[in-house]
Amino acid sequence: MTTPLRVGFIPLVDAAALIVAVDKGFAAAEGLDVTLVREVSWSNVRDKLNIGLFDAAHLLAPVAIASSLGLGHVKVPIAAPFNLGLNGNAITVSPALHAALMDEIDGDRFDPMATSQALARVVAKRRKSGAEPLTFGMTFPFSTHNYQLRFWMAAGGVDPDEDIQLVVLPPPYMVDSLANGHVDAFCVGAPWNSVAVDLGIGHILHFVSDILLSAVEKVLAVRQAWSEKHPDAVASLVRAHLRAAEFIEQPENRSEVARILAQPERIGVDASVIQRTFDGRLKIAPDGTMRESNRYLLVGREAAARPDPGQAAWLYAQMVRWGQTPFKPEALKSAMAVFRPDLYDAASGRPTGVPNLIGAFAGPPFDPSDVPGHLAAFKIGRWKP
Amino acid sequence: MSAESSPKIVIVDESPIRAAILEEGLREAGYTDVVHISEMQSLLSRIYALDPDIIVIDLENPSRDVLEQMFQVSRAVRRPIAMFVDQSDAASIQASVEAGVSAYIVDGLKKERMKPILDLCVSRFNAFAKLQDELDRTKHALEERKVIDRAKGILMKVKGLTEEEAYVLMRSTAMREKKKIGEIAQSILTASELLK
Repeated sequence: MTTPLRVGFIPLVDAAALIVAVDKGFAAAEGLDVTLVREVSWSNVRDKLNIGLFDAAHLLAPVAIASSLGLGHVKVPIAAPFNLGLNGNAITVSPALHAALMDEIDGDRFDPMATSQALARVVAKRRKSGAEPLTFGMTFPFSTHNYQLRFWMAAGGVDPDEDIQLVVLPPPYMVDSLANGHVDAFCVGAPWNSVAVDLGIGHILHFVSDILLSAVEKVLAVRQAWSEKHPDAVASLVRAHLRAAEFIEQPENRSEVARILAQPERIGVDASVIQRTFDGRLKIAPDGTMRESNRYLLVGREAAARPDPGQAAWLYAQMVRWGQTPFKPEALKSAMAVFRPDLYDAASGRPTGVPNLIGAFAGPPFDPSDVPGHLAAFKIGRWKP
Repeated sequence: MSAESSPKIVIVDESPIRAAILEEGLREAGYTDVVHISEMQSLLSRIYALDPDIIVIDLENPSRDVLEQMFQVSRAVRRPIAMFVDQSDAASIQASVEAGVSAYIVDGLKKERMKPILDLCVSRFNAFAKLQDELDRTKHALEERKVIDRAKGILMKVKGLTEEEAYVLMRSTAMREKKKIGEIAQSILTASELLK
């Protein structure tokens, strides 16, 4: 007996576990007949999941939380039993902004504190000369990209609401917008940073792993009510994705995975560009400079796939810090309840308690039990205690 | 419509035909203040400049995420903004998402005034989808007709048949093999290409 499921996704490299689970037959082996539906916007993925047109979806972790809290849209509690990826984003800047930052930098150019302080000096100079504020693109109001950019900027003294402009752009429009000067920089997932570098119009300034050691990026999301009604399907989904994640992380499978993802009906970009992300070896400048990191994108390694409520708490704290919602202890609890390690453990049969420490480059270590105390350590923010 | 002034409606759609169908429907229903935006460049600034009460957007437009920001960053518009869809409107959301339309309402406009507009948009979107479907089918039928005619020509030439005989031969083969006549015609074309 097979269970038919409709699953929505956005063409991005961190949809890898979803796509591989289907295209390598791991989902079918679990008795699931999954139809993957490619979508154009996070709003669509969210809405179609919320009203039941999708049974499961590739979702930005903060959207899963916002949906559960009813922020920005209808309140539909979401359960996330599986992380599709940790990290995976990068900040890309125009050649002009890169040059300006390198003129101002005092320290290592891969040190986010040094670049952030350099950005503060660039911003101050521009203000003095009467230039327009810099514009940064990101993918969604409730997105890791939004919070990662803000966290980085604010550390060096840049107020992301007062000193610069943050605009939402659909990922496929990022590169064009950088090329035509609509934005000076952006934070986005793969493959769009590499596409900009290859075209010679962008420099990758930071991997997100420079800013946060482990940051949950996308989750496999289902409606909480659906998960209660279909526990077996949830367990099968988790197992199929776990097998896919393990397959993806084997270095000898990488070129096959890149080929699968490159298909026109999946992500539809060149396999070699996709493979760079998995190898964590990226061209960061138009002159061909390469940079390596084994933390660029984690799919199945280091218990990356296991949901960690502490990560949900951190994302909720960012929503509070930037004024998207006031702090409420019960909302924090609801946010943490979105991430379901219990469902993951039950399905996988191997409970692992290793939490994915946020490991931010600035501020005190994150403590989910004291969000207001944690936020008080940051000077810039929209939150009033 | 009541004596209240007509709300300003902005239609964001890259399909000019669908936008026209929608616009016409809204005007017929008495909504006189309707603007269509097809350009996605600087969408936000255009919307800010037009300052609409309602935004209707095609669901397949990636710029929907851009609009979501507008409803987040009320700072930029200097007044509170809310989406029309709330908890009680689940059925409306479902109907509109299935039809491929999404609508946003700016705070200050009564929700009751939104309902007939959304219903109209949903029925117009559905009408467009049906039209599109019919168009596709007509196109397909036309192409099939061309293939059948070419296959007939080949049979007439190769086997010395009349047009009628050639058609009967294809039809009987299709029936015997439980295939469509178009498929048989296509295989005749393919075979004749290979045998050239």
